[in-house]
Amino acid sequence: MSERELVIVGGGPAGMAAALSAYEHGVRDILLLERDQYLGGILNQCIHAGFGLNYFKESLTGPEYALRFARRITDIKGIDVSLKSFAVRLTPDKTLTYLKPGRVEKVKAKALIMATGCREKTREMVHIAGTRPAGIFSAGLAQKLINIEGLLPGKEAVILGSGDIGLIMARRFILEGARVKGVVEIREQSRGLTRNVVQCLDDFDIPLYLRHKISRVRGRDRVEAVDVARVDDRIEQVPGSEFTLECDTLLVSVGLIPENELIEMAGVPLDKKTNSPLSEGLNETSIPGLFVCGNAFKVYDLADSVSTDSLEAGRMAAVYLRQKGEGR
Amino acid sequence: MLKKFVCIECPQGCLLETEIENGRMVKVNGNKCPRGEDYARGEIENPARVLTSTIPAEGLRLKMVSVKTNRPIAKSRVLEAAAEVRKLKVKKPVRAGEVIAENFLGLGADLIATRDVLKGTP
Repeated sequence: MSERELVIVGGGPAGMAAALSAYEHGVRDILLLERDQYLGGILNQCIHAGFGLNYFKESLTGPEYALRFARRITDIKGIDVSLKSFAVRLTPDKTLTYLKPGRVEKVKAKALIMATGCREKTREMVHIAGTRPAGIFSAGLAQKLINIEGLLPGKEAVILGSGDIGLIMARRFILEGARVKGVVEIREQSRGLTRNVVQCLDDFDIPLYLRHKISRVRGRDRVEAVDVARVDDRIEQVPGSEFTLECDTLLVSVGLIPENELIEMAGVPLDKKTNSPLSEGLNETSIPGLFVCGNAFKVYDLADSVSTDSLEAGRMAAVYLRQKGEGR
Repeated sequence: MLKKFVCIECPQGCLLETEIENGRMVKVNGNKCPRGEDYARGEIENPARVLTSTIPAEGLRLKMVSVKTNRPIAKSRVLEAAAEVRKLKVKKPVRAGEVIAENFLGLGADLIATRDVLKGTP
């Protein structure tokens, strides 16, 4: 087992900002773990523009935004980046077990920052009636298939939920030559940014069905259609309002959940509703020296805000290490 | 003529109230920053969008190269441009910012890579 001053789990916008900030605040022994073979996290599949308007005062695509941080990190000797490294176990004394191809590693951290991001809610979590055919994807998975793997999941899509990823994917399907029959949102308003409704839906005349739900999925082996129905003020289906949209693909974009199973394993209490750590302040957990930042701490609207708040996590870890050193 | 629409320059989404005469914008209210005025004028006089997409890579470390137009292109030609991007392939290593197609389709913008994609296998 090795020992480190600071271990950071996750090489996306949160982990990269935390690492740079911790270094700038004096930490010289940093291990940054990333499960993929590149730094950047989900930014690499977010090929659309609009990142960085707050942080860099210019509009960048996700990969460009990631690169700004990744290049700085690779230049700093005090930050040791370990790719293809997947954290699997955490104990309350901040000992972390992670897998690398062909071996298991264990590291004891004086301070630890979890920047593990979030995962998508699934179809099963929103209760849609009907069959269970192929062709139902979470929006972020479809984004990965198209932008990273070069695979188009379908030719005619309906999108459930108007979160930003759903809106972005509506446009992405169109640009790849597929059709989008509509976006179905149970609420009165889009959950995504207005700019995304304008430039992803309105620009391509994609209908947005507000106050509607998907009442049934049709199809045996593959999705063949979805039934859509209007809902009233009590979210009850309005009888007789159903109509059918033929499609071969249903994308689900109904929210994100912070990924915090490792800190839960270490005994940190989580908010049962949001899956965020119960916390006294930004980036803090119940265990001293264990910090959580970015979408793992709470789901953010903007990567720029993730970066800003995660810089703070790096600073907090540096202060913790300094105080710990003085107390000895 | 009066026209209201939402600015898409940044996540704030300001509601722009514009006054139009003979296809030209003569007045704008509601924008919280100067970008809003530029966007409003563009949206009325010559709407344009940055196109982003991906191109399959051959013999490189990633399967796909992410790309964008280095400036906004005419909104009316975005679909046509996207269809042309779908026909492309990248066979040489590229760095982010490197030009893949100069003055793409004569749209007045270059198609550039947004990610480093080096030689190798995925």
